[in-house]
Amino acid sequence: MGLRTPLYDSHLATGARMVDFGGWDMPLHYGSQIEEHHQVRREAGIFDVSHMGVVDITGADATAFLQYLLANDVGRLQAPGRALYTAMLNPDGGILDDLIVYRLADGYRLVVNAGTRQRDLEWIRGQAAGRQVEVTERRELAMIAVQGPLARARCASVMTDAQAALAERLEPFHGQAEGDWFIACTGYTGEDGLEIMLPAAEAAAFWNALQGAGCKPCGLGARDTLRLEAGLNLYGADIDEQTSPLAANMAWTIAWEPETRDFIGRRALERQRQAGDLPRQVGLVLEQRAVLRSGQKVMIDDREGVITSGSFSPTLGCSIALARVPRNTGDSARVDIRGKWLDVQVIRPGFVRNGIKLF
Amino acid sequence: MSNTPSELRYASSHEWSREEADGTITVGITHHAQDALGDVVFVELPEVGRQLTVGDECAVVESVKAASDIYAPVSGEVVAINEALADSPELVNSDPYGEAWFFKIKPTDSSELDKLLDADGYLASL
Repeated sequence: MGLRTPLYDSHLATGARMVDFGGWDMPLHYGSQIEEHHQVRREAGIFDVSHMGVVDITGADATAFLQYLLANDVGRLQAPGRALYTAMLNPDGGILDDLIVYRLADGYRLVVNAGTRQRDLEWIRGQAAGRQVEVTERRELAMIAVQGPLARARCASVMTDAQAALAERLEPFHGQAEGDWFIACTGYTGEDGLEIMLPAAEAAAFWNALQGAGCKPCGLGARDTLRLEAGLNLYGADIDEQTSPLAANMAWTIAWEPETRDFIGRRALERQRQAGDLPRQVGLVLEQRAVLRSGQKVMIDDREGVITSGSFSPTLGCSIALARVPRNTGDSARVDIRGKWLDVQVIRPGFVRNGIKLF
Repeated sequence: MSNTPSELRYASSHEWSREEADGTITVGITHHAQDALGDVVFVELPEVGRQLTVGDECAVVESVKAASDIYAPVSGEVVAINEALADSPELVNSDPYGEAWFFKIKPTDSSELDKLLDADGYLASL
């Protein structure tokens, strides 16, 4: 038996197909993952993301500590309520995890991946040793993502007045506490929407209320095709400890300035940037009737790349993928799909945003 | 159990076969197979006229989750394919024993059908 979120019984009651994900029993879909995908692009879907790790960093040295721990600079979060996306690197510049940092009134909140949660905590606590920093995992919180063009309105319709006001007001990459809830305008789908952290005991009632307001439960299957269309990395597939953020379309998340800020992995990244020989991440689009999958070989003339994640895009009706290819790859390539070499279009990572095709 | 009709024959690789009045064998994939695959997005079918030997890889089902080979349950010639699956692959999920048949074989030896599993045998193999 795997770990269970506070919504486990709700998933079973709505007919979820459960699968193991990083040690957790999670819903893969509730019938059709393609229908769930369309729900999010067209209206609103809800995701149980309580398996993700919520870690609060407080104390006198919290800011300096995170400026050392993370490749992006929490100094950019000029006021409580702001958030940023960042990699947490090892000294070789490999990605230990990718995460969102929210600035709280009295510190910071990290939301880390489920599969890396335990390792992250050990790493963070190890790095924090000897500093005036408190690392507190908030296991008592559940997290629900409400995503889609109607997400805010449907959320607001089942919230208290104060929560609803916040849900409707938040700008992207902002998040704020309201009582013992924390409401953020972040997500993993390429749509408008919210991620809401709330006491576990209140999760099922809120989940049911959202369903009553027309939000359809969506599983990990739809979550994966939505994030792939949005061109967002999946830890363990597109990025891992061996991957540099420079090779994963994450250069924009590295805060090189100020030069005096020494963060873990900085020296390695500077060497990589100078050498300029890392592969880069691209998006692939296949017009033919087949499906790009992780691990398939990509050929660009006589040079090789690899697909790090691929699937069918329900919005586009064809297959798409993220791939790691030689730096000077042009706008076409071929992929070995079950013994056949098929032509693919090479684009910048990112296929669909706010329901609109991006290329 | 209605998800495994008793009048069909089954391969342990999850194809069903039905002998028609004209002697041809209609082939598709089982409810169990479509359920395990998840949403089907493409089906690649053999060409009409192709000669199949039992066990040949002759079709591919691509779902959101994985690609899956379909094997010829009996030897013979492909005499028809279900063109509707090109535009509506989701039929494989919604009606695996009906509208989502894959192809029809004119068998060279219809006794090969007897080597396939009956419904109870297939269910026991799952």
